[in-house]
Amino acid sequence: MTRLIEGLFDKYRHSFEEGGSLHWAWPMFEGAETFWLTPPHRTHQGAHVRDPMDMKRLMIFVVYALIPPMLVGMWNIGHQAYLAEGNAAATLVDCVLRGAIAMLPIIFVSYTAGGIAELLFCVVRKHEINEGFLVTGLIFPLTLAPSTPLWIVALAVIFGVVIGKEVFGGVGMNILNPALTARAFVFFAYPKVISGAGVWDVADKAKVIDGYTGATPLLTVSSAAPGTDPVAALNQAGWTWMDMFIGRIPGSMAEVSAAACLVGGLFLVMVGIASWRIMLGCVAGLGMITLVFNAFAGPEASAALALPFHYHLVIGGFAYGAIFMATDPVSAAATNAGRWMYGIGIGALAGLIRVVNPAYPEGMMLAILFMNVFAPLLDYFVVQRSARRRVARLAAQGV
Amino acid sequence: MIEQYVSLAVKQVFVENILLAYFLGMCSFLACSKKVETAVGLGAAVIFVLGITTPVNWVINEFLLKKGALAWAGMGDIDLSFLQLVGFIAVIAAMTQLVEMILDRYVPSLYNALGIFLPLIAVNCAILGGSLFMVEREYDFGESVVYGLSAGSGWALAIVSMSAIRYRMRYSNVPNGLKGLGITMLTTGLMAIAFMSFAGISF
Repeated sequence: MTRLIEGLFDKYRHSFEEGGSLHWAWPMFEGAETFWLTPPHRTHQGAHVRDPMDMKRLMIFVVYALIPPMLVGMWNIGHQAYLAEGNAAATLVDCVLRGAIAMLPIIFVSYTAGGIAELLFCVVRKHEINEGFLVTGLIFPLTLAPSTPLWIVALAVIFGVVIGKEVFGGVGMNILNPALTARAFVFFAYPKVISGAGVWDVADKAKVIDGYTGATPLLTVSSAAPGTDPVAALNQAGWTWMDMFIGRIPGSMAEVSAAACLVGGLFLVMVGIASWRIMLGCVAGLGMITLVFNAFAGPEASAALALPFHYHLVIGGFAYGAIFMATDPVSAAATNAGRWMYGIGIGALAGLIRVVNPAYPEGMMLAILFMNVFAPLLDYFVVQRSARRRVARLAAQGV
Repeated sequence: MIEQYVSLAVKQVFVENILLAYFLGMCSFLACSKKVETAVGLGAAVIFVLGITTPVNWVINEFLLKKGALAWAGMGDIDLSFLQLVGFIAVIAAMTQLVEMILDRYVPSLYNALGIFLPLIAVNCAILGGSLFMVEREYDFGESVVYGLSAGSGWALAIVSMSAIRYRMRYSNVPNGLKGLGITMLTTGLMAIAFMSFAGISF
C-alpha cells in the first residue's frame, strides 16, 4: 500500500517540480505528500537541532488533545436533544450518533472552506501548506452552537484564516489566534445565531416537551433575580456541579465538559506544547476576580456576583478556552513572566465580562482575544527588563 | 462622586476608547507606532495635551462662548458658540507648542524621534474630538478633567500596544501590497474587535 502511494507521488513529482507544467500547484502536491508519507527532503546546511518535535507533530498532538472534549460534546448534543424530547430510553450509542450527525457537517464545512482559502494563499504566495490549519479548523467549529448555519461557519473560518492569519504571512506570524478571530467574527456579525436561549439544542421542535428552555447555565446565572443564590438557580434548572464538570449541560459543542478538556490539557502539558503557566494563570486570575465579586455580593446586587469560584471553573467556555485557546504558542506571550501576566489577565477579564457585562454572558473568548493584543507588549517589557538586569550584572562584575 | 469619576475613566479607556471605538487620531497612531519608546513618548504627550486642553476649553466654553455664557459680564443674550472651533483650536495649538518646547529642552532624543508628528498633535483629531465630545456630552468641570486624562490614556494604551505588535510583526511575511500601512490598518481593526469585549459594560 505504502509502495503504491509512493510510486504514485514519484511518478508525478517531476511535473510539479521547478520547470514542470504544474509547478504552480506545488504546495498542493507537497501538502498531499507530507500528509501520506514522510517527506524525502533533508536540510543540507546550517546548525541542526535533533528534536522529534516538528510543526507537524505539534499540531497533530493538539488535534489528538481535542478528541476527548469532541467526543463528550458529541454525546452531550444527543443527550440534550433526547432530553428535550422527553425520550429517556436513549442509549449511549444513540446519543453519540445523533451528536455526530449534528457536529460532523460543521467540522467538515470548516475544514473544507478554510482549507480552500489556505490553499489559494499557498499557491499564490508560494509557501507550503502548514498543518496549523488542522488545529484552527477544528478548534473553531467546536466553540459553536450545534445549530449554527453552515454558511456562517464557512464565512467565519475563511475570515479567520485570511484576515487572522494569512495576511500576516501564515502560521507563526499572526498576532491574534485565527480560531478566535473567526469566533469573534460570528459573535459580532451574527449575534442572534451565537447566543441566547434556544440556539443550543438540536431537538426536533415538534417533539419538544413542555417546560424545556434550552438556556445554558451561564444564561441561567446571569438572568437570575438580584439577591438570589445563583447555585440554587442552577440546581433548580437540574444541573449540579458534577453535571457541569462532566458536561451534561446545554452549551457549545465541545466546551461543555471541563473534565474532558482537563484530559486534553494534561496531555498537552505532558508533551510540552501548552504552557501550564498560562493555564494556572487563567485559574488564578479568575479566582482573584471571583473573590472580589463574592465580597460585593449582597441582597441587592446581581446574582452572578455570588457565584462561587469552583462553579465559574466548570461553566461556559472557561476550561476549553484556558486549555486550548489561551495556550496557542503563536498568539500567547512567549516569556515565562509574560505568560503568568497573560494568563492572570485572561482569567480576570473573563470573570469581569461574565459578571459585569450584561451584553455578553460569556467572556472567555473575548478575554483571550483582548490579551492576544497585549501579549507582544508584555513580552517586550519582560525582555527589556531582563536585558537591563543583565547589563547591570555585567557592570557590577566590571565587564 | 469618586465612583462616578472612576466609572467615567474606565469607560473612556476601555469601552469608548477614542482610537479603537471612534477611530480618532489615526494619522499619528499609524505613523508613530513603529517603536515602543516613540509610542510611549507620543502617548504621554497626548495624555498631557488632552488632559490640559479639555478642562481649559471647558472654562472657555462655559464662561465665554456658550449661549448666555457672558451673563457674568452683563451680556447674557450674546451667543458666541460659532467661535467654538476657532477657540478650541487656538488653545490646543498653544498647548502643543508648550509640549514641544518642554520636550526640545529636556528630552531631545524623543523630540527628534517624534519629528513632524509632535507639532501635528495640534491638528490631531483626537484632541479636538475630546473638546467637542466634552461640550456635546455636557460634562461638568471635574468630569472634563477626568475625561481628558482618561481619553488620552486610552489613546496611549492603544498606540503602545500597537507599537509592540508592530515590533513583533517585523518577522511576519506580509504580502507586498499590504506592507506598511495596509497591515497596520488591518491590525487596528482586529484590535478594535478585541476591545469590543467591553462594549455594553455598565458600572
